[in-house]
Amino acid sequence: MATLEITTTVDAKGLSCPMPIVKTAQAVKSLPSGALIEVLATDPGSVKDFAAWCRSTGNELVEQSADGAVFRFVIRKK
Amino acid sequence: MTTETLEPTTEVLPIDPFSAAFAEAEPDAEVQTKELVIVNWSGELDRIWPTLILASTAAASGVRCKVFVTFWGLLPFVRDGVRLTGDNWMQRMLSFMQQPGIDHLKLSKMNFFGMGPWMIGRLRKQYNVASPRELLDAATALGVEFIPCQMSMDMFGIKREDLIDGMGEPAGAATAIEIMTEANASLFI
Repeated sequence: MATLEITTTVDAKGLSCPMPIVKTAQAVKSLPSGALIEVLATDPGSVKDFAAWCRSTGNELVEQSADGAVFRFVIRKK
Repeated sequence: MTTETLEPTTEVLPIDPFSAAFAEAEPDAEVQTKELVIVNWSGELDRIWPTLILASTAAASGVRCKVFVTFWGLLPFVRDGVRLTGDNWMQRMLSFMQQPGIDHLKLSKMNFFGMGPWMIGRLRKQYNVASPRELLDAATALGVEFIPCQMSMDMFGIKREDLIDGMGEPAGAATAIEIMTEANASLFI
């Protein structure tokens, strides 16, 4: 697997809904199109929420994985 | 049909209507954003919370969000430390019975003289849930438009300077109807 060039990491561990999404949206705002953002979250609801958020914003969910209780999402900005 | 009927009745058209329409068509299709309108009627903790969660998430999801703030719903939007002196004893009494501001919210049920909100506050911290204040800050930063209701402001004795920064121009029911009917979804909370 090719390593992806992550531009920004959003650490949303421990935060509950809707803050992982809100923080990610705020972080994405200043980034150029095509930038890769890594999000780390522990909220189990974020699995469905990041998929939904990517659908409504048009950003691409490139990668999704779980390491124990930590979910990791890699998103490419539209 | 003769060619005469096709001629414009006005003297000169500044731009060729067809090219203008074509020029507009493309960017329009691109920026067709969805819109959510929430009528925030309640000042209770368990209602303002979902209002702010939905508003900030909408804005975070690229959905334009407008919140029409009316009746009891205005009180959480009063600036910190503002004492509503009002014009008469009834307005003063109301602001005493329900202290304004985002940090003084009561529950719609199981309030038990503040015991309920205190427990919810403890649980909120324990489970790391964002407070109404944090959500309000996020919503404002993400560009949620809060529109205060002029009639409610008058009735409660709330002036523009009593409200937090970032509130829009006060408006009335006709504005609420217009934005609600134009939105993709509208909620009354």
